[in-house]
Amino acid sequence: MMALLEVKDLKVRVEEREILHGLTLTVNEGEVHAIMGPNGSGKSTLSHVIAGKPGYEVTDGQILFKGEDLLEMAPEERAAKGVFLAFQYPVEIPGVATMNFLRTALNAQRKARGEDEYSTPDFLKKVREVSKSLNIPQDMLKRGVNVGFSGGEKKRNEVLQMALFEPSLCILDEMDSGLDIDALRIAADGVNALRSPKRAMVVITHYQRLLNYIVPDVVHVMSRGRVVKSGGKELALELEASGYAQFEAA
Amino acid sequence: MPAVQETVERVKRIDVDQYRYGFETLIDSEKAPKGLSEEIVKFISQKKNEPDWMLQWRLEAYRRWLTMQEPTWARVDYPRIDFQDLYYYAAPKPKKTVSSLDEIDPEILKTYEKLGIPLREVAMLEGVEPKVGEEDPARRKIAVDAVFDSVSVATTFKAELKKAGVIFMPISEAIREHPELVQKYLGSVVPTSDNFYATLNSAVFSDGSFVYVPPGVRCPMELSTYFRINERNTGQFERTLIIADKGSYVSYLEGCTAPQRDENQLHAAVVELVAHDDAEIKYSTVQNWYPGNSEGKGGIYNFVTKRGDCRGANSKISWTQVETGSAITWKYPSCILRGDNSRGEFYSIAISNGFQQVDSGTKMIHLGKNTSSRIISKGIAAGKSQNTYRGLVTAHRKATGARNFTACDSLLIGDKCGAHTVPYIEAKNSSATFEHEATTSKISEDVLFYCIQRGLSQEEAVGLVVNGFVKDVLQQLPMEFAVEAQKLISISLEGSVG
Ligand SMILES: Nc1ncnc2c1ncn2[C@@H]1O[C@H](COP(=O)(O)OP(=O)(O)OP(=O)(O)O)[C@@H](O)[C@H]1O
Ligand SMILES: [Mg+2]
Repeated sequence: MMALLEVKDLKVRVEEREILHGLTLTVNEGEVHAIMGPNGSGKSTLSHVIAGKPGYEVTDGQILFKGEDLLEMAPEERAAKGVFLAFQYPVEIPGVATMNFLRTALNAQRKARGEDEYSTPDFLKKVREVSKSLNIPQDMLKRGVNVGFSGGEKKRNEVLQMALFEPSLCILDEMDSGLDIDALRIAADGVNALRSPKRAMVVITHYQRLLNYIVPDVVHVMSRGRVVKSGGKELALELEASGYAQFEAA
Repeated sequence: MPAVQETVERVKRIDVDQYRYGFETLIDSEKAPKGLSEEIVKFISQKKNEPDWMLQWRLEAYRRWLTMQEPTWARVDYPRIDFQDLYYYAAPKPKKTVSSLDEIDPEILKTYEKLGIPLREVAMLEGVEPKVGEEDPARRKIAVDAVFDSVSVATTFKAELKKAGVIFMPISEAIREHPELVQKYLGSVVPTSDNFYATLNSAVFSDGSFVYVPPGVRCPMELSTYFRINERNTGQFERTLIIADKGSYVSYLEGCTAPQRDENQLHAAVVELVAHDDAEIKYSTVQNWYPGNSEGKGGIYNFVTKRGDCRGANSKISWTQVETGSAITWKYPSCILRGDNSRGEFYSIAISNGFQQVDSGTKMIHLGKNTSSRIISKGIAAGKSQNTYRGLVTAHRKATGARNFTACDSLLIGDKCGAHTVPYIEAKNSSATFEHEATTSKISEDVLFYCIQRGLSQEEAVGLVVNGFVKDVLQQLPMEFAVEAQKLISISLEGSVG
């Protein structure tokens, strides 16, 4: 199996404070990994560093994506190469219609890869298909990006983009927060539909419940900036029962 | 809105850090000697073959100007202008009225082509219009009056407009051909004594556009003027006068560019609009004068007086401006709401980057009953620029039922720039309702990163977010201009972040 993402002994600082203290993680093609861990353990930090958000200083270690040094790439280049981050808190962009945003972003990525831009009819057809499967009304796509969207709608909009951009690595940061049961199922179905032998997913969550819908191959426990335990999907159940206390000692 | 996509595309093709319109056209020109005196005023008037009343009008303004002081209240800072060190008149040679494309200096035509003013439009000069059947019906027609330095070099679609009864010609021509109209309206909105720059303009204005739309006529196309400053050390003083007679409608667009030069250049235009009963004037500007280089050297000083008079009942005047250029902008397009039920609107996008200083806004003077006004201002400051909105809304004692809504939003990009809002509100009767909203925000790093994570570059992300921020105003522009404005917004913000 090909390693898609290799994080090796990663140390990251934010404003002079070390948050990740040597984190190691390997995700192979086709796999779904779950990352669980208490608040403040560094899960979002990891996802931001992978996506290339400014403000984080990598002091040691490396990240390889498809064997290439990810840290050398500009964030938009990472996106074009197939790194997608579904944000824990998707932002609002007033005045920029969602539809327009989707198209601009998709074409920017395609262009960066040297591919032709989508024609308008092809693009519309694709968006229509995907949004329908995610139960996103067309009217919503006319509104400003995430402007006035409910929490659930914002998360669905993230999954919509994921489906549209067809990335090879999807990182979902607390996709389940703020979703009611039905919305959770719809979003999870959307994610499951994207599972493929070439695509890997990293699902960050606090709740085992999500993993009933998106069944992971591997579960990692993060604590204080490290992966402290990895196992199969039963590890999530174990955590649900006994909490994180047993890992805090480290 | 695929237009944003287009913006992004176009920006990609454009050389960063390069004022795109900064080239100079090498043509022979005829100049008046440097400096300002009664002799120069007479020289200009003579060059234009003006009647005596026009000369007297100018001289009166000149004498008045000598007694006036340059205003200092605006939040702009620049070295004193030596008004004797400027040329007040420059005309491309040969200087004669042109009626067909062939008679225009090919260098000038090339200039307009380079400026992206579709040659199709310029080529549609009288006499060289395409044959029937060749026209592209999908494209709306725009009549263009091109002003090169001090002189109007070409006005398109004259014949077709004439058929509709619309007069659209250089003001220098109107002074000779329609003296009764010019005499009646010139200075009736912005009196010669109005302010330092307007008075200077009255003395030395060399050209500009004149529009008259007769009663009940809806002008069949957009009218447009492109101003171009080419000559060195030359002040540009255009004068525009637009009259919409009873029940008529006209939409007018104005675009401006200038070459890139180390020294500052002065632009002091006056625009007067008159709307009679039930008439409507829509005036849009995309101002992209050279803003100076990255060290703050050079650029246009833009000191402009624009005022509209809603003279008749139920009349309407709407100003839309996109201000991206100039080193210094001092500009307050205003409406005098004289007619009962008249309405004034001001939609503005003012972008400042580098060392630009913008002090712009509007005045809504409510004089008639049940008059209403609306002000939507979007200021975007980047680099080391300063961006001030200055607005005045007043309701006269007799302006019962006056209403105003003002929303001023400022967006800061980076932390070395400043945005300021200076509203003056004054109601002299208790039935006036004035609402004012103002916000200032910083462009959010999280929003930019969100866009970048989805594949946009930093600059594309800034362009997208800013275009979203100004959308309410962009929507007010005619389609062709909206696309151009979006493009400009992105270009003018290049290099503003990171
Ligand atoms: N920009 C920042 N400045 C200072 N500290 C930061 C910054 N970003 C993150 N941190 C700190 O880093 C630690 C890890 O934060 P992170 O958001 O990665 O945690 P998390 O595991 O995602 O938590 P949660 O489960 O609550 O989402 C926290 O202590 C947080 O306060
Ligand atoms: Mg988090």
